Amino acid sequence: MEEPLGILIDFTECIGCGECVKACRQENHLTGTPNDRDLSAANYTVVLKHDEMYYRKMCMHCLEPTCVSVCPVAALTKSPDGPVLYDADKCMGCRYCMMACPFGVPRYHWNSPVPVIEKCIFCHSRVESGGETACAWVCPMGATRMGRRSHLLEIARARIALRPERYVNYIYGEHDAGGTSVLMLSSVPFERLGFPMKLGDEPLPTLTWAVLSRIPGIVVTGGVLLGGISWIINRRIQLEKTGGEDLPDGTEPRSRKGGGQ
Amino acid sequence: MRELWRILDVKGRHILLPAMLIILGVGVVLTFLRFFGGLGAVTALNDHQPWGFWIGFDVLGGVALAAGGFVLTGTVHLLNFERYRSVVRPTVLTAFLGYILVSLGLLYDIGKPWNIWHPLIMWNPHSVMFEVAWCVMLYSTVLALEFSPVVLEKLGSQRMLRAVHSFTLPIVIAGVLLSTLHQSSLGTVFLIVPLKLHPLWYTPLLPLHFFLSAVTVGFAMVIVESYVSSFLFRKSLETKILVDLGQFMVVALMLHLVVRLQDLWGRVPLSAVFSGKLESWAFLLEMSLFVLPLVLMLAFRNRMRPSVLFVSGLSTVLAVLTNRLNVSVVGMARSAGFSYFPSWSEIWLSLFLVTGGFIVFILCAKYLPIFPEEEGRESAGA
Repeated sequence: MEEPLGILIDFTECIGCGECVKACRQENHLTGTPNDRDLSAANYTVVLKHDEMYYRKMCMHCLEPTCVSVCPVAALTKSPDGPVLYDADKCMGCRYCMMACPFGVPRYHWNSPVPVIEKCIFCHSRVESGGETACAWVCPMGATRMGRRSHLLEIARARIALRPERYVNYIYGEHDAGGTSVLMLSSVPFERLGFPMKLGDEPLPTLTWAVLSRIPGIVVTGGVLLGGISWIINRRIQLEKTGGEDLPDGTEPRSRKGGGQ
Repeated sequence: MRELWRILDVKGRHILLPAMLIILGVGVVLTFLRFFGGLGAVTALNDHQPWGFWIGFDVLGGVALAAGGFVLTGTVHLLNFERYRSVVRPTVLTAFLGYILVSLGLLYDIGKPWNIWHPLIMWNPHSVMFEVAWCVMLYSTVLALEFSPVVLEKLGSQRMLRAVHSFTLPIVIAGVLLSTLHQSSLGTVFLIVPLKLHPLWYTPLLPLHFFLSAVTVGFAMVIVESYVSSFLFRKSLETKILVDLGQFMVVALMLHLVVRLQDLWGRVPLSAVFSGKLESWAFLLEMSLFVLPLVLMLAFRNRMRPSVLFVSGLSTVLAVLTNRLNVSVVGMARSAGFSYFPSWSEIWLSLFLVTGGFIVFILCAKYLPIFPEEEGRESAGA
């Protein structure tokens, strides 16, 4: 299998022109405007400003996505090339993905009777046919670029090494929440831009899987235990009733006459 | 409605019945608004707080309050405490109605309710919600089977009755297992948000906390529901049984609190508990409601007093409801960065569902053999 794709966004190179937002809107037929301050059902990405630096927000396309793991109907899937895709026909609208996403990305049509989840889908059809995502393709400064994730990581490391005074020494998304397909470089510490910094290196789905994977064992052990306990108790009661004598063959020890009453 | 008027032979029915009619009427209008205007038309939810009052109260609260079903069927059928048999039927009815209400509530809450059956064929075993969906479906079936003898008796279908009775034990075991699993998995649902849920509630032990508090509230609900029934239907109160259940409840309460506080100890600084912020007040309210029944039941020498038992049971019920709302709404609010308070329509629609359930319970009690014959029992306590 080929190495998964990714996006590298170098905030220090962004001039805030908003072309990526426009291209994204056009590509995905969204109604948002380049002036939007936050992701929405009508806008998959935003360009924001902090001090003198512009930065972007979008779906991080995690390597082990929380949204994919929590979706009860597998409407969200991680494609082997990197993108996290969404199938609106499967979705029931439970919004667990929104609740669980550590980056607060998925958005929802609150005022529609037939709502769907909205988030960046890595311009899947463009990428599938060998192209780049609209935002990477249109960026005049090369601040957003697409490529193999490992290659992008090399570039990012090289840039930090070359100009340590320009960057904070951190590639956001390299390890956060188990790593993401979207990587970011910044001159401002990421926590000041509102990116969560305490997600850890482990993917979040391991937290719930630790419990879920025990269920088959619990069912089997519990079933045997409960069946055994009730058998013993009923057997003793039955023996007490018959004065300690054993029951004739073929007689059920459990009194059935009163069941369910 | 004339029937209800007759059955609701209680003080204050001149207010109760019209109030129920208003709740139902407005509820129907809000239902139309919800399904034609989307969630935004009736709720205060937004992209930052995607889950609100309905998940906390209707789903998490509703499932917890239905826990009496598995707690009592387990006690009576598996552990063979035959003495408590007379409260099993109303409790199973409460649980069954509870699950129906939870499912109805989910139809309101999820965005595309016509897809609610999808987990049947679209599997994702890594999702806690997938497991919850399966448990709710299977356990609702179990509750229907556990309740079926009541209907079959009414219909006089002896053959079917015998068939159901011969399966009692496996059904009860399945019910206890399914309940254990998904009472706890409703806590597991929140394990995925370690940074979003306030540390007063977030802990890897969430599944255990949810399970223990469900067992506790299982006993409490039987007590509360018995008192309300005896009041509504002017039937005698089985004080002896309720006193026993009250003691079980106290033991479960203590166990829950010990596990809970021990887990908090050392993990959360005391300053967070008394920070004076919204979360700390919500936590203190929850804890007070949990501790009040302990104080009452341990302080009053005469635990037989119906008032003490009733208030203790009610406090426990409120404590667990507060806990579920704290986990799902209050504890998540700060990380959302947006203040969410349920809209009046959200609260009204929940009230609408509860009122509907209440009416169905009254009608079932009237027309089905839910309560045992009165003869030979002690007259009302107090």
